[in-house]
Amino acid sequence: MGEQLPSVPGRAQLHSDTLNRPVQTLRVKMVLLGSSGVGKSSLALRFVKNEFRSTSPTIGCAYLTRVVHLSNVSLRFEIWDTAGQEKFHSVTPLYYRGAHAVLLVYDISKRKTFVRAQLWLRELEKHYIPGSTVIWLVGNKEDLAQNRQVSVQEGERLASDRGLFFMETSALSGDQISELLLAVAHRVYECLGTQQGGLSEWEEYPFIDLHHRDTSNPFSSCCKVGP
Amino acid sequence: MERDNHQEGEADGVKICGPTSDGNPPGKSCQRSPYLDQVTRPEAEKTENFECQNSVSGQQSTRGPEDATHDNDQSDSGEFVVTMLAKAKLEEQGIGVEGRSSPLLEAGTLESPALASHRDEDVTADSWRQHRKHVFVLSEAGKPIYSRYGSEEALSSTMGVMMALVSFVQSGDNIIRSVYSEEHTVVFLQKGPLVLVCVSSSRQSERQLRGELLYVYYQIISMLTQASISRIFEHKKNYDLRRLLAGSEKILDGLLNLVDSDPSFLLAAVHCLPLASSLRDSLSQILQKAITPNLVFSILIAKNQLLTIVQEKTVIEDTRLEPADVHLLLNLIGASSAFQAGEIWTPICLPLFNPDCYFYAYISYLDPPECTVCLLLLSTDKEAFYAVAECKRKIEEAMVAQNSLNLIAKVQPYSVSQVGVSDLRHFMYKPFDVPDNFRQLTQFTSPEMEAPYSNEEEKMRLLDLYRYMHSRIHSTSRPLKLIYHVAERETLLAWVTSKFELYTCFSPLVTKACAINAITKLLRWIKKEEDRLFIRYPPKYSTTPNPSKTSRGGKSDQQDSTDNGFLSLL
Repeated sequence: MGEQLPSVPGRAQLHSDTLNRPVQTLRVKMVLLGSSGVGKSSLALRFVKNEFRSTSPTIGCAYLTRVVHLSNVSLRFEIWDTAGQEKFHSVTPLYYRGAHAVLLVYDISKRKTFVRAQLWLRELEKHYIPGSTVIWLVGNKEDLAQNRQVSVQEGERLASDRGLFFMETSALSGDQISELLLAVAHRVYECLGTQQGGLSEWEEYPFIDLHHRDTSNPFSSCCKVGP
Repeated sequence: MERDNHQEGEADGVKICGPTSDGNPPGKSCQRSPYLDQVTRPEAEKTENFECQNSVSGQQSTRGPEDATHDNDQSDSGEFVVTMLAKAKLEEQGIGVEGRSSPLLEAGTLESPALASHRDEDVTADSWRQHRKHVFVLSEAGKPIYSRYGSEEALSSTMGVMMALVSFVQSGDNIIRSVYSEEHTVVFLQKGPLVLVCVSSSRQSERQLRGELLYVYYQIISMLTQASISRIFEHKKNYDLRRLLAGSEKILDGLLNLVDSDPSFLLAAVHCLPLASSLRDSLSQILQKAITPNLVFSILIAKNQLLTIVQEKTVIEDTRLEPADVHLLLNLIGASSAFQAGEIWTPICLPLFNPDCYFYAYISYLDPPECTVCLLLLSTDKEAFYAVAECKRKIEEAMVAQNSLNLIAKVQPYSVSQVGVSDLRHFMYKPFDVPDNFRQLTQFTSPEMEAPYSNEEEKMRLLDLYRYMHSRIHSTSRPLKLIYHVAERETLLAWVTSKFELYTCFSPLVTKACAINAITKLLRWIKKEEDRLFIRYPPKYSTTPNPSKTSRGGKSDQQDSTDNGFLSLL
């Protein structure tokens, strides 16, 4: 995709004369939410390194990045892989505040995690403004389909009732992972990319930029949903 | 030999579950106070009158007379408790093999086989009873919170019995401290609404075991804070704290393994990697330059040991960083492989620094994919992730420019042969604070364990000997300054002065004169190498916009905003 000659949108043209960056790179804050053990870290690891490893429970929040190239823009996903453990719930809003994309993950072989995902959703709905965040319901561990406790239809129904997008994945086998990330990328760019103040631009050398930001709230700078 | 003793001992201990309190071994008479007196008098020191150690005696078994007297004079009461605990276990047979079934963590624990096997252990099996050291944590309502081996559910009635003991003694306005049986020492520690119990056949002193329980308590505090734990239990006495600790068992498991294998915990001191002082200084300077407001500690770690630590000036004027807090941080880093995946941002409490508030820790490895060099930055501002991550980028850049990572990779623990003293096999040296470095982090230095202590079993045996020496030096009833101890396969000499604490291990054929001469040489060598072995003058930086002595007060503001979340969970 990088080979395609990009049709650069207005803002990026300013930068197109800097040699290394023919396309604009926008920052996308994406948060993974869900119960402990549904595979959030495994999904994140797939997104970033396309690897699978058995992981330990995440502590606090892990921050990873991955750049996705679309035809006319690059999106730098800043992935916040949160801990599913309850003790971190009080700080989780810190991580999902101002997210552009939220992946609400459950384990298709554990109904409890699906119920829990709905609680997360309710929590999330208190904080986000429709149109500023793209939410995906992700049924993970699709490889455990023989122990399935949540049907595809149920997932789809919840998603369509609440205006979410839906996909089933397997971090173990890698099934649907890149599809998911690409779909999120397209959707986020479609919904937010062209909006004024929707996505901020990623600076290769955010040195000075960050310096300015430090004085204000670093989270509000990349998103329109304030605290 | 000590090791063999343990195993044999544990085998005996298992028999205790039947009512087989047969015969006290002859020739070991002791004070026979009633059960409660022995178990419960908080300050009563046991069997002082039998403490008859020649500090510089010749041959002597590895088990001192102190131990022997304890074991036997209290065997009756001990057997009673052990029998009771064993009975409780039998009642649980039905649920013994069931794994934990807390809704939130079942999936999480499945993934790690080692973890699963400990959790799924059959608590009625002999192998479960033969573990060298059990640790249990329960709430005052008797609810299980943590068990090192086996699932808490399966152990709920065992923990019920423990709680019964605690409350029975409490009802007599007293506090249960410990129970001794022939093979086991049971130590109780009550901290706020939590009760911690250790059942050990490791022959450690009660004080050492209690110290280890305290580390477990601190680790729990580091995840939840003391204030939120007390608040939770004030609201709901029978709250199931496992809800909040779900997924953290591995951190506690890791801590207990470290406590058993790393002498830092015994010595309450931090082990830093020996490093040419020029390299250490350059690393410190790199950290000193990469700062942002509210950053309080910058710590660089390699191979699980400290490389350097830089501290915020006003914070450190208020209080010092305790070794135990550093141990907890190192354990946290070691316990999670997830750290290797990216950058971590997590609330963490340093219980000795302030048990009621959170710091925000930024953790990242600097040398992926090897992941041996780890940077830890602590901030008081929970919003500071991007700013702190930027510090890391600066540090990384400077380290590349100075080729630091390659230099660090070459750093090795030193060999005892470098000291150049024959017969000296190993040592641990812990200098005490002297006036000019008051506020300094307590450290110790120790060479690598080499043959004959290269395998795990032998390492443990040497550590057990050190623990024994340590317990004699720090005995509350009869502390000693100097011990020359001839064990079966080595000779040990421990010496404590106002300036240092030293434990040395020699080959068995060393003479007393030789050993003392060797120690003189060793001390001279340490003095010479001081700059390399220790972080001499921990550097400082200033990141608070308005330096004042109120840094603690400032932090307490954040406490409210962070841990009130727990109340909503009730």
